[in-house]
Amino acid sequence: MPNFIMSYLGSTVTPGQAGSQFWALIYVLVIFAGVSLIVVCMNWLERKALAHFQIRLGPMRVGPHGLLQPIADALKLMLKEDIIPTEADQFVFWVAPMIGLIASFTVYIVIPFGPSQAVTDMNIGILFMLGVSSLGALGIIVAGWSSNSHYPLLGALRSSAQTVSYEIAMGMTVISAILMTSMNATGTGTLSMLEIVRAQQQQGIWFIFKFFPLGLIAFVIFAIAMVAETNRAPFDMAEAESELTAGFHTEYSGLRWSLFMLAEYAAMIAISSIGVTLWLGGWMRPFPNLLHAPAWDFIFSLFPGLTFGGLAAIAFIGTARMPSHSFFKIQRIGLALFAALLGFIALLLLVIAVAGRAADTSVAARFSEGIGNVYWFLLKVAIFMYLFIWYRATWPRYRFDQLMQIGWKVMLPISLGVLMLTAIVGVIVS
Amino acid sequence: MNPAANPGMLPVATPFFFYLLAGMAIAGGLAVITRRNAVHSALALIVTLLSVAGLYLMLYAPFVAGVQIIVYAGGIMVLFLFVIMLVNVEISSKERQFNRMWPLGLAGACALLALFMSAFAKGKDLFLDPTGKPRWPDPMVKLAEGSNTQQVANLLYGEAGRMGPYTFAFEIASLLLLVAILGAVIMTKKKI
Repeated sequence: MPNFIMSYLGSTVTPGQAGSQFWALIYVLVIFAGVSLIVVCMNWLERKALAHFQIRLGPMRVGPHGLLQPIADALKLMLKEDIIPTEADQFVFWVAPMIGLIASFTVYIVIPFGPSQAVTDMNIGILFMLGVSSLGALGIIVAGWSSNSHYPLLGALRSSAQTVSYEIAMGMTVISAILMTSMNATGTGTLSMLEIVRAQQQQGIWFIFKFFPLGLIAFVIFAIAMVAETNRAPFDMAEAESELTAGFHTEYSGLRWSLFMLAEYAAMIAISSIGVTLWLGGWMRPFPNLLHAPAWDFIFSLFPGLTFGGLAAIAFIGTARMPSHSFFKIQRIGLALFAALLGFIALLLLVIAVAGRAADTSVAARFSEGIGNVYWFLLKVAIFMYLFIWYRATWPRYRFDQLMQIGWKVMLPISLGVLMLTAIVGVIVS
Repeated sequence: MNPAANPGMLPVATPFFFYLLAGMAIAGGLAVITRRNAVHSALALIVTLLSVAGLYLMLYAPFVAGVQIIVYAGGIMVLFLFVIMLVNVEISSKERQFNRMWPLGLAGACALLALFMSAFAKGKDLFLDPTGKPRWPDPMVKLAEGSNTQQVANLLYGEAGRMGPYTFAFEIASLLLLVAILGAVIMTKKKI
């Protein structure tokens, strides 16, 4: 095999740091495909979970338990007529969804799924992520303006005011977490995403528990500001259905509308990853310093396989519980096949975990370690994603003046106070 | 950067990227002043600001590039667009400009061009003394890409308990900004 493919294998740094353009490209493609797949899954999960919260069934017709519904939706959206309103600003209307999409996908190049499972590591990682994800707001504003219609314009105005207000509280909490990274021998903090996780590894504590309760308060404020930043319920003022029909994307339909949805969900995953990296220990498994014996390593490395095994079991139970009417025959076969696929993945992951149980540098061990890193990172992100759905099902939408009041008069002073207290406690402790 | 030092890695600062980014910045700047529609101008300005951020990256100053994106492209331009959207663009784009400032602007632009040309022509003397030695130590060695943020922090806040060279100026500037913010709030609100 050519040298530029083989030379990166066995390296313990990211492709960007190793200077391997080929593997960086592969990572980018894998992340792009993976995020798109997760967005499709999220779409199905959100509709199902919301339906069950409201004691409905949700999508049931397309595929067993509506599993193929997102694919049907995507096909429908792609085949729809591409409408640009006559009075709209044609070029800006066309470019707006792209701005949002590019902004929310660009940040993925610094997200650390593992010590070597990231496209690259930047000296300014967290600054880059916050900066580029704030460009996503431009897409929404420009979309609302170019539609040349009242509801989109109001949605865009609300969205820009909201994003700018909540970015400040969010920035303050992020700074308090970055301050915590400087609690080491040299006293120098870092903005690099990988180094932030390594700082938590060195200090032996997730930053959510550091200087209790300061880390926890900062995390909670970030978790609230994050929902407002991504325009999700209960802060979805930009697209409030009851007031603005659909807000900034009222005039959009078909593929362009689906690009907005893709950008929104991708931004949700990206901003959850910031939270996971800064406060929840990134790719680290729970209790890496208390339960550090090789036996514990092995037990925790079984988790990915067991998770897929659990999903396969649920799918098998669903197959068994399907009504025994001939109408459900094809659905039953389909669900059984899906369960078998999940079971096969589970088996594969378990085999890798068992093969790589010896902590050496063999291929299986490195594979097992990499799968573990990505698994724990994605599991933490998945908890955030489920919370997004849960919020949407639980809380009514805020009024706009209440939103601003919370942002400026409650969250900003608290986050400033947490920042100052973190600095004071840090100086006293060190 | 010496490509031989890290094999397999192409230097970022290739002339191609410089000309690409500089061209984008100039094209964006031209579009800002020629578009009649204010929102189009603002979008062109964003392109210019992002290209300039790219140029900072090529100068091994990632921190400045990041701040450029987060403050200018992400923050200030959002506020710009926010204000522009409240103006009736339709009418203002059809109005004729009634001031006659362009001769003055042209003179200013020519003066700036002359400055750039002279810097380009005499640039060598600025950086090299008559014997051909550099006047300053090569800054690129000191401000390596990997520690740019830490270097900026050391200059602004000082290291190891001592004040940095710019600590006082930095604090005064932030105090000035705070006063400006308070002034803006007091002037717009009748009752506080």
